[in-house]
Amino acid sequence: MRVPLEWLLTYCDPGLDVAAIEERLTMTGTKVEAIHRHGVMSADGFVVGAVLSVEQHPNADRLRVCQVDVGPAQPAPGRPASPDGPATIVCGAPNVAAGQRVAVALPGAVMPDGTKLKAAKLRGIPSAGMILAEDEIQIGPGHEGIMVLDALAATGALGPDPRIEPGTPLGEVLPIATEVIELEITPNRPDCLGVYGVARELHAATGAPLAAEPWSEDPGTLGPLLGAEVDVLCPELCPRVTARIFENVRIAPSPPWLKARLTAAGQRPINNVVDITNYVMLLTGQPLHAFDLDRVAGGRLTVRRAHDGEQVVTLDGQQRTLDSEMVLIEDEDGPTSIAGLMGGSRSEVHEGTTRVLMEVANWHGPSIHHASWGLGLRSEASSRFEKGLAPEQCMHAQVVAARLMLELCGATLAPGTVDVGGPFPEPAKITLRSAKVRSVLGVSVSLQREQEILRALGFQAEAAGEDLQVSVPPLRRNDVTREADLIEEVARIDGLERLPVTLPARRGAYGMLSETQRLRRRAVDALVGRGLYETVGWTFCPPTLADRLRLSAEHPWRSHAVELENPLSEDQALLRPTLLGSLLDSAARNSARGNGDLRLFEVGTVFIRDGAPGHDVDSVGVDVAQIAAETGVCERQALAVLLSGRQLPRTWGAAEPPSAGFFAAKGVLEALCDALRVQVDCTDARGRTDLDFLHPGRRALICGGGETIGWIGELHPLVAESYELQSGAGAPAGLELDLSKLLKLAQSAGESRAYSDLISFPELRRDLAVVLGEQVQAAQVLAAVRKAGGSLLADAEVFDVYSGPQVGAGNRSLALSLSFRVSDRTLSDEDVAPVQQRIVAALEELGGHLRG
Amino acid sequence: MIERIKELQNEAEAAIEAAGGSEALEELRVRYLGRKAELPMMLRGVASLPPEQRSRVGREANIARQALEALIEGRSAQMHAAELDQQLARDTVDVTLPGTPAQPVGRLHVLTAMQRELEDIFLGLGFTVLEGPEVETVHYNFDALNHNPTHPARAKTDTFYVSDQVVLRTHTSPMQVRAMEAHPPPLYVVIPGRVYRPDSDATHTPQFHQIEGLAVDEDITLADLKGTLLAFAKIVFGDEREVRLRPHFFPFTEPSVEVDVSCFNCSGKGFMRDGSRCGLCKGEGWLEVLGAGEVDPNVYAYVPTTESNAPGYDPERVQGFAWGMGVERIAMLKHGIPDLRLYYENDVRFLEQFG
Ligand SMILES: [Zn+2]
Repeated sequence: MRVPLEWLLTYCDPGLDVAAIEERLTMTGTKVEAIHRHGVMSADGFVVGAVLSVEQHPNADRLRVCQVDVGPAQPAPGRPASPDGPATIVCGAPNVAAGQRVAVALPGAVMPDGTKLKAAKLRGIPSAGMILAEDEIQIGPGHEGIMVLDALAATGALGPDPRIEPGTPLGEVLPIATEVIELEITPNRPDCLGVYGVARELHAATGAPLAAEPWSEDPGTLGPLLGAEVDVLCPELCPRVTARIFENVRIAPSPPWLKARLTAAGQRPINNVVDITNYVMLLTGQPLHAFDLDRVAGGRLTVRRAHDGEQVVTLDGQQRTLDSEMVLIEDEDGPTSIAGLMGGSRSEVHEGTTRVLMEVANWHGPSIHHASWGLGLRSEASSRFEKGLAPEQCMHAQVVAARLMLELCGATLAPGTVDVGGPFPEPAKITLRSAKVRSVLGVSVSLQREQEILRALGFQAEAAGEDLQVSVPPLRRNDVTREADLIEEVARIDGLERLPVTLPARRGAYGMLSETQRLRRRAVDALVGRGLYETVGWTFCPPTLADRLRLSAEHPWRSHAVELENPLSEDQALLRPTLLGSLLDSAARNSARGNGDLRLFEVGTVFIRDGAPGHDVDSVGVDVAQIAAETGVCERQALAVLLSGRQLPRTWGAAEPPSAGFFAAKGVLEALCDALRVQVDCTDARGRTDLDFLHPGRRALICGGGETIGWIGELHPLVAESYELQSGAGAPAGLELDLSKLLKLAQSAGESRAYSDLISFPELRRDLAVVLGEQVQAAQVLAAVRKAGGSLLADAEVFDVYSGPQVGAGNRSLALSLSFRVSDRTLSDEDVAPVQQRIVAALEELGGHLRG
Repeated sequence: MIERIKELQNEAEAAIEAAGGSEALEELRVRYLGRKAELPMMLRGVASLPPEQRSRVGREANIARQALEALIEGRSAQMHAAELDQQLARDTVDVTLPGTPAQPVGRLHVLTAMQRELEDIFLGLGFTVLEGPEVETVHYNFDALNHNPTHPARAKTDTFYVSDQVVLRTHTSPMQVRAMEAHPPPLYVVIPGRVYRPDSDATHTPQFHQIEGLAVDEDITLADLKGTLLAFAKIVFGDEREVRLRPHFFPFTEPSVEVDVSCFNCSGKGFMRDGSRCGLCKGEGWLEVLGAGEVDPNVYAYVPTTESNAPGYDPERVQGFAWGMGVERIAMLKHGIPDLRLYYENDVRFLEQFG
């Protein structure tokens, strides 16, 4: 809401500078977003001039050379004194003529756009200034000719008895400059969408007197109105309609003061009648509509619900389809306008209009909201109506409009007023308890001060013991309905700035992270400690992700992805079912920028439609099963890793550092699981078509606690290629885990932890190398060894792998390190020998034999 | 015999002094002290000497042998030390070359680091951390938070819809009601999480992160809110910071306030030492950081009393405050990050600078 300061101060002038006014309004809840200068930068150098003579410019058909009396020289800082005698000014306006009084900018004057006017030669003739059109000083849009002040004065447009002698400062005659305060009006305060409402706030905030309500004196009369009728068929959507008739209306431009206020407030002046409707709306907050009464067929307006599917052509020439929650106004020839949104061209005010039907109505806010959003029609009027105005405001607007119609259009007001609608709602009566004010704010406000604040804001407030009995004014009816709302009114005017600083008592409350939250931090810290960078990607992903990842039609990431109804773009149409896409995007972006050596991870939410195959519901902190039942969307926390390029910096001390690849990813997985003390296995996933975004021979499922909790592998070369990541040896590789399940495993691992004595008795270590067929997986070998090793065998690991001529084609040698331990004594070779024999026997059963 | 011993000793001592290296020394040791050398032979032959000579020859020979052994030992140590010195000199490296890289550390994303810092502040003030769903129902995102049916935030221009009654949460506030449904008062929680609004430019991204706070007890005042947020402001932005509460409107708080922190760039003056306008607060001296207020009584009315939250939330018996702050906004102010989109590009040159 743009409020010209000059206009605001006519209702409440606290005698403060604009910065102080800004501070008071902002600190009491009417936030000043910006302060603009409207019009000229400074009034210096703008004067009234008298045109003495006009001659044709010798070198230009469209220019005239004028002698203009600009009064006696007025020395001013930074400006040369005007010359003695008349100034020569070259003017291009067709309407300039000798004898006129005009607005003149002298050399040195600063125009609204900031340029400083200089004496200049125009086609060889020196010009000492400029005769002004209204747009040049931002009074209105007119640029067809210069402003003729004597003509304006004759119509009264410059007010009573204007001084238009040569040399009079122009600012005394025309509103050539004001500050404009741009306010953020919150949706609960439609009363502040009018200048008078803002003035009331300024009054409450500063204590400066408030002028009488501009609608306090009605030049018209109530009672029956002859010549026009209004029928309301849907009073639930139209609580009130008022109308008055103006005759002998002369359509003309508005006077400069009105044009200037509209222009400063951001409205374009059109003609006096239309300008009055806009002006009154800006003053009272209540929109109005002026009909040409002679074009209202039958002189009768009917307000009714539209039929479902009813089509109407609006003022902008568009055909629009309505429904029965929208309201139409029609005359005997059919619909003329959509209530609260847009008038029809048929009954618009035009140049020849002489009889005006001024209609001011109150519409049901939600209905206007529905129509406005449904039809895509938004206007100054609709945005006011949809917030819910008071029906009392209709007559406020009628009264102010009547005064201006009489004053500016030479109109006569027909006796009587159409006023359709029941009695106004009773004002709400609320008790404001002083004790409650103190208990909510934590500071006391005196009863007297509370009363003063509420009265300044237009409430009635009577003391009753320690309390106030408060009656709510109509304009605040929707916003203030409870004691809490009154406490806010008191607090915002006088309370917030005096609040002490205290802390809550916190009886019985203590703060700590949950076990899951603590473990999640542990997991993330472990990855950071291993040299991984955390990324934060987009939740949104494009439908093309499924193609880039080579997913089959049945893949749940494709078939059960969650779609947005109103995405910002097709690229953001889905909620991601996997973190892999955003990690790949991050990797691709870095790679394209020359940083292809990456160790990245991300923790975030993934989404899938409830009921997707293989996606059971489980998550951190909330009952996700319950929420998935409410929303149809199952969301879970995931953790994913992506490695590409070199995994260590290059160094002069060693050959090329290791690159990504399956085992680099698996190393990260092992470090992560080790940090959380979680035991997981990677199981062969060669045949799993749902992992086809991975290298067919270098991928695995991650299993823990008896279920699958993720995947790991090298990217399929075609996937890597599609993100322009290098593939081949040490190809990009990654993993993704269901973080909730991982943390659950970590939590149960933590629960069962108790001390075991690994110190008193040393362990016995044995290495052995076994040659086996290369199809036998390491996991099988270790499983057989552990089984044969029984309780004595504390640990068994593969620490080397060899294949080559020494072990024969199709074979490989695995070097195993075994450690044996018991808790109550030091083991001897004799203790271990039989166990080791059983281990060798087990290896032989797998087709292996000891090497060397 | 005695002379021969002296002679041998003198001869050997001269040779040992003159020996040029450990190999030559070893040769001398064999020549004078080896099994077949003359001096040891004499010692072994002492028994066959006439009795009057035995003890004297034996003693002299032994003294000579011990003297030679000690001399060789000393020379040998001397030579080893010299040879080691030479070896070490040959092993000199260019100490200005870079070291062998350890596994470099990674980084937390700045948003995670910021979120943790904020969580830790409120943990210290007695709040626990809750998390909630990102896909929410219209009921929890709007209705139960007292948004009237025409509130503009519900429009499809302001909210992402998954279906008619299901949205991407536009704030972390829906968890206020879920938290009150699940726990009885007193309740002190913060709720970090990702939220969504359909906006995209340098100061808006369609996803961002908030931390919601909610404290409900018998007597929590607006002054308590001010104290809580002042603690936050001092920890995050420096001990000299002040906060001010400005009246505002939110559907789910009453009174509602916006909270400003005095600008740390210009110490709240609005201008810099050289007289120029502060670029961070645009000359205002205050930075808007969050929205807050006392929980609107209507919100309590949306919380059904059940077994899990008994005795429930009766607006006449409980009161409290709530706030919502943007993690991106706070990190942006604190670190001078110029464009929100940098957070989601994940350029390693950006990631490297924080966390
Ligand atoms: Zn500043």
